[in-house]
Amino acid sequence: MSDEKVLIKGNYAIAQAAVNAGCQCYFGYPITPQTEIGEYLSGKMQELDRAYVCAESELGAINMVMGAVSTGVKAMTSSSSCAVALMQEALSYAASDELPVVLVNVMRTGPGLGYIYPAQGDYNQAVYGGGNGDYKIIVLAPSTVQECVDLTYRAFYLAQKYRNPVILLADGLLGQMMEPASFGEYPYPEVDVSGWALTGAKGREARKIYSVAPDEKKQIQHIYDLHKKFEVITENETTYEEFNIDDAQIVLTAFGSMTRNIKAAMNVLRGKGIKAGCFRPVTLSPFPHKRISELAAAGKDFAVVEMNMGQMFKDVKYAVDGKSNVDLINRPCGEWLSVEEIVAGVEGVMQGGKTYAASI
Amino acid sequence: MQQVFSKPKSMKKDFRYTFCPGCDHGIAIRLIGEVIDELGVREEIISSTSVGCSVFLYDFLDIDAVEAPHGRALASATGVKRARPDKVVFTYSGDGDFASIGLAESMHTALRGEKITAFCINNTTYGMTGGQLGPTTLMGQKTTTSPTGRNQDYYGYPIKIAEHIALCDGTAFSARVSLDTVANINKAKQAIKKAFQVQLEGKGFGFVEILSSCPTNWHMTPEEAHERVRNEMMPVFPLGVFKEI
Repeated sequence: MSDEKVLIKGNYAIAQAAVNAGCQCYFGYPITPQTEIGEYLSGKMQELDRAYVCAESELGAINMVMGAVSTGVKAMTSSSSCAVALMQEALSYAASDELPVVLVNVMRTGPGLGYIYPAQGDYNQAVYGGGNGDYKIIVLAPSTVQECVDLTYRAFYLAQKYRNPVILLADGLLGQMMEPASFGEYPYPEVDVSGWALTGAKGREARKIYSVAPDEKKQIQHIYDLHKKFEVITENETTYEEFNIDDAQIVLTAFGSMTRNIKAAMNVLRGKGIKAGCFRPVTLSPFPHKRISELAAAGKDFAVVEMNMGQMFKDVKYAVDGKSNVDLINRPCGEWLSVEEIVAGVEGVMQGGKTYAASI
Repeated sequence: MQQVFSKPKSMKKDFRYTFCPGCDHGIAIRLIGEVIDELGVREEIISSTSVGCSVFLYDFLDIDAVEAPHGRALASATGVKRARPDKVVFTYSGDGDFASIGLAESMHTALRGEKITAFCINNTTYGMTGGQLGPTTLMGQKTTTSPTGRNQDYYGYPIKIAEHIALCDGTAFSARVSLDTVANINKAKQAIKKAFQVQLEGKGFGFVEILSSCPTNWHMTPEEAHERVRNEMMPVFPLGVFKEI
């Protein structure tokens, strides 16, 4: 695989990165704005003699992924928002069964059917989950087409390394955007799955992968174990980006493709003499609570910029825990908040200290 | 002392069935175990399990198994088979799992002609939850959610699963069997074997619907329950092979 840069659409970049990562099976059902992932892979997977199934529904697709990954191979599905809602039951099972499922959500507008406008309204769905019980998913949020490649690689690696489902949380803007990106080689080692994968009980004890435990003590221990595992994930895998943070008075905070606009807004604000910095979680789960808490303790205020009604905002507030001011600059969906709107929003909150919602 | 009868080798050594007395699940699972022994495929098997009384399959058979949510066994099995086409994959569900909540997954697996074997226990009720109306509940049958009996206006009609699966082009074998007599048990075993063989031969989807008693929820003795299988179920759900290629 070449290090050469190619001009490529985000959805195609995710699909090709999955191929490079060694994804053996793709199962999917069409929905805008991520359909190109399935279209691209339908040809590729056949060409490479790998598996591709046009599933009967998203329920079918995610459960096919669960079956496939239980045998130790890498497999994925991709979908969008309202259809990812259908997969929440399976994600709860996959987390409990410790199955390395990879799911790409290219977000569109909700609630309900909504529309195909890009949005970031599935932060809660991804980070807190819509399935039953106490479980956690690893959530990675790319901000560029290059990161669509890099974080797809990381998604496959982390899923198997920790035997935990991973969501790549992109959005319609990123999925449909063309940008230069290079693929390089899949940069992670292959994870040894031989200790748990189902391959037929040849020369060993039969294995069962399940979450039903008609034994209270075992069930309690299982939930503790899952959460201990996530503490390790939090310690090892929490990643974020910072820009001009040292002298910043106000930290513009965003995830995913909105990161691009807060960086530009930061430069405009700096030009106006406002000491603005940027903070961007790469992993939304595990969330960088600790770092945000440190920055707040150093007296830095936060302006959370996102395309929803303040979903990550609540996590930032929780991390800040009253140590500094946290404001929200947002729009629920549609045209991304422009640099001008963000600048105006920051100036507004710095004057009034009030939450700012951009007009439509 | 000469041993004249033993458990199939594919079954776990030390278990006792946790099913209610008189339930046919135990016979069905034993037959599957015998067929797995005869075909010599135990070490090649990966099963996707269902939800309901049928979920306990993996407590009795000594095979690799992965859990699927209610109704999703056939989708999970599709994933297993596509990932490992060299393995022998089967599912074991109740009628609620296979033909109500999982009907889309079951039908499409048959339509795709997945090289998978599926068994469905039809006992005309949701057994594990205590006997509610299900997709195969007979007309007139009283359950905890059809206290005056199933009628069309209120509840619609039961589904004839084996006939529907036989209509799918990807199906290589579809049959309905019963476990009410020794003769029928022997026929059931032949059908179970055939359903595995069409997978092993790469012909397509293999399916067997197994009429089964549920004495507890039918409020009957085991003997009365088998009489009900014969007298009430078989006229609506006739035994036979509906497709074989």
